[in-house]
Amino acid sequence: MLELHKGSLDVPTILQKWYEEEAKSNYGAYIPFVGTVRSEDNIDGLSFDLYEPILKSWFNAWQAKAKEKGAKLKMAHSEGDVLLHESSYIAAVFSPKRRVALEMIDEFVEDFKASAPIWKYDLREGKRIYALERSTEIKGSGLLS
Amino acid sequence: MVKVEFLGPIQKPSVELDASTLKEVSNILKQDSELTSWLENCAVAVNDTLTSSLDIELKDGDKISLLPPVCGG
Repeated sequence: MLELHKGSLDVPTILQKWYEEEAKSNYGAYIPFVGTVRSEDNIDGLSFDLYEPILKSWFNAWQAKAKEKGAKLKMAHSEGDVLLHESSYIAAVFSPKRRVALEMIDEFVEDFKASAPIWKYDLREGKRIYALERSTEIKGSGLLS
Repeated sequence: MVKVEFLGPIQKPSVELDASTLKEVSNILKQDSELTSWLENCAVAVNDTLTSSLDIELKDGDKISLLPPVCGG
């Protein structure tokens, strides 16, 4: 399940909702990752653009991979502005046993950072500044150069 | 005609081009100096599927997307 939200994420509500959705699914492990906007370099917050069609197909490919291992992924991400100490990203893995979930949350979040079509901007004095230096080229970039 | 859209921070309106391969799209876009650095760091999708080949044949109405470096989370 992929959820996209305008603005920051309501972390307690989302984590509880996901817990309740799977409470009787017989998963032995529920491992959430919550990403929070930190105060650094005098930013006022972050802002995000995303491209939903490719984000969905990327997520669906991961969900299929999880299913092969008896696991399930859930993810929520913000679109637009997210201020300091608010959350912009939650990912979670449910699986029958802990080892699959622990490994998958690591692989999933790393691939998310490298591949998910989401663009980050620093918010400074009301302006959005693309965080190019913290961004990663998607595999195969430069094809048209 | 194919449509080229520029995603995220590129901040450029989409354009329609007369091209039958990605190689032709590349040659046309290279003429725009504003796009030089983006062409070097963008991934390319045809009809919302990422591609790694310039030889893909394009048909009328295809959508080509340029995806700059990403940083979700």
